[in-house]
Amino acid sequence: MSNDKPTEQIRTRIWLEEPEPDNPFATRAAYCHGYDVYGAMLGQASWVEMLYLLFRGEAPTPPQAELLEAAAVALANPGPRDPSVHAAMCGGVGGSTAAASLIAALAVGAGQFSGGRELFLSMEAWNGCGMNIEAWQRHMAAPGEDTASIWPAPEHHPGFDPHGVSTTTIVKQTLTCLAGMSTGPRLSWLQKNRSQLEFAAGRPLTMSGVVAAAFVDLGFTPEQGEMLYLLLRLPGAAAHALEQWQYGHKKFPFFRIELENDPAKEGL
Amino acid sequence: MNGPEFLQQNVDCLKSSMGACFPGERAVFRGHDLHGELKDLDWMELYVFGITGRRFTPEQLRLMHAIWVLTSYPDARIWNNRVAALAGSARSTGTLGVAAALAVSEASIYGRGIDVKAIEFITVTRKALDNGVELADCVQAELKKHRGIAGFGRPLASGDERIAPIMALAHSLGLDEGPHVRLAFDVNEFLLSGRWRLGMNFGAIAAAFGADLGLSTREYYLFVFPAFLAGMPPCFIESAQRTEGALFPLSCEHILYEGEPKRSWQPEDRLLKSVSC
Repeated sequence: MSNDKPTEQIRTRIWLEEPEPDNPFATRAAYCHGYDVYGAMLGQASWVEMLYLLFRGEAPTPPQAELLEAAAVALANPGPRDPSVHAAMCGGVGGSTAAASLIAALAVGAGQFSGGRELFLSMEAWNGCGMNIEAWQRHMAAPGEDTASIWPAPEHHPGFDPHGVSTTTIVKQTLTCLAGMSTGPRLSWLQKNRSQLEFAAGRPLTMSGVVAAAFVDLGFTPEQGEMLYLLLRLPGAAAHALEQWQYGHKKFPFFRIELENDPAKEGL
Repeated sequence: MNGPEFLQQNVDCLKSSMGACFPGERAVFRGHDLHGELKDLDWMELYVFGITGRRFTPEQLRLMHAIWVLTSYPDARIWNNRVAALAGSARSTGTLGVAAALAVSEASIYGRGIDVKAIEFITVTRKALDNGVELADCVQAELKKHRGIAGFGRPLASGDERIAPIMALAHSLGLDEGPHVRLAFDVNEFLLSGRWRLGMNFGAIAAAFGADLGLSTREYYLFVFPAFLAGMPPCFIESAQRTEGALFPLSCEHILYEGEPKRSWQPEDRLLKSVSC
């Protein structure tokens, strides 16, 4: 076996691995942003501390970890009515692979209606408008960008529910809880100015709108926030997918159809 | 109309003009019986009919086939194909590997992200020229806005080997003189004569053909979705047939770490940091 240095390398600021002396493809020690994962963090660090470290490059302070932990609990299960969980259940009910159910949840949950893209756009709005109510009002009144993209043109203000009537209790509970924990200023500002923002948007705040503020307070970029949001909503999708397989397809809705151009009817 | 009343109107029922399955009986596809009227359709013809609701001539369909054929490379080094190949090597399923590879093809610097921008640029520019705007102004405005033009320039290469065969085929089919195709070559000439060094790639010419075929941006986007597909299963198959884990194995030395030096995980330090904040 040759000991030549490889000609191709993957550059990373996140992860260092040291090989076992008898096998360059086996890991003796792994370091995440300098911390010994298996020799020091394991058993000491929490899941959300590891998440924060991976994305931000520094370990969170205890209040930051608590805020991320609470946000993760709030996001863990959007519930079976949510389109992403619905998609995962479509995988589960038919016995699709576990990965397919999660891919279904990710694909549907990536969108601009309660999905990852909405969270991304909402975080961008926070970065652009900050805690300036006039800036938010101008932002909401401005026409959207006309740049061609794989994403469709947004149909509502990100972070606000296009079908909502009033702020839901669970959104208010989440905002109150997270605002009480945050070390950043946006969540408490959002709590104080929620009504004005909702008036400007013409719609009530959503869970993604609250989490967007939390993620900006935690120092995440919109790209990092989008990834985290997709990731943290998967547990519920997974559990519901597995549950529908247990129930079986006969207990899963198939829905009625009204075909508007049925050739059989047109021929009658 | 939005709100719960609107949602209530849509509860428990799919209202569709796209189609329906009547199990054990028949299937309707955009208002036509799939197993009757449409049963002899070529797959491409059905695919683009599903996207557009329109029918295309045999020559147009032949060109559409070629757009897919000429861009299907079974090279497992290419990033999207590599996903399919890694799935094979990691003993995942073919469907998961190829589906993920197709999803990855919706990228910013190649694939679907470029396709959308390329057809948008070519159609918007064509309209602008028809309204009397100069080509130089259109190109410079696009370069200023996006620091590049989708479909011009290519990561990893300078030329594009797919342009000559697609143009030869288009010529033989009488489809090489459409207004958007001619514009793509005009843009190419303009860029090459300037200081930009952005030669036309297949993305621009395929988008121009799409526009000349009458596809909208969204229709074209869905039409090109499987453009790389045929090259992916071979990548999956080959790596699945070889020893597991043998595709691009990475030793620890393959990782070039450029991050923080080693440090100790001390919860107390972070507690102090939070108190001092």
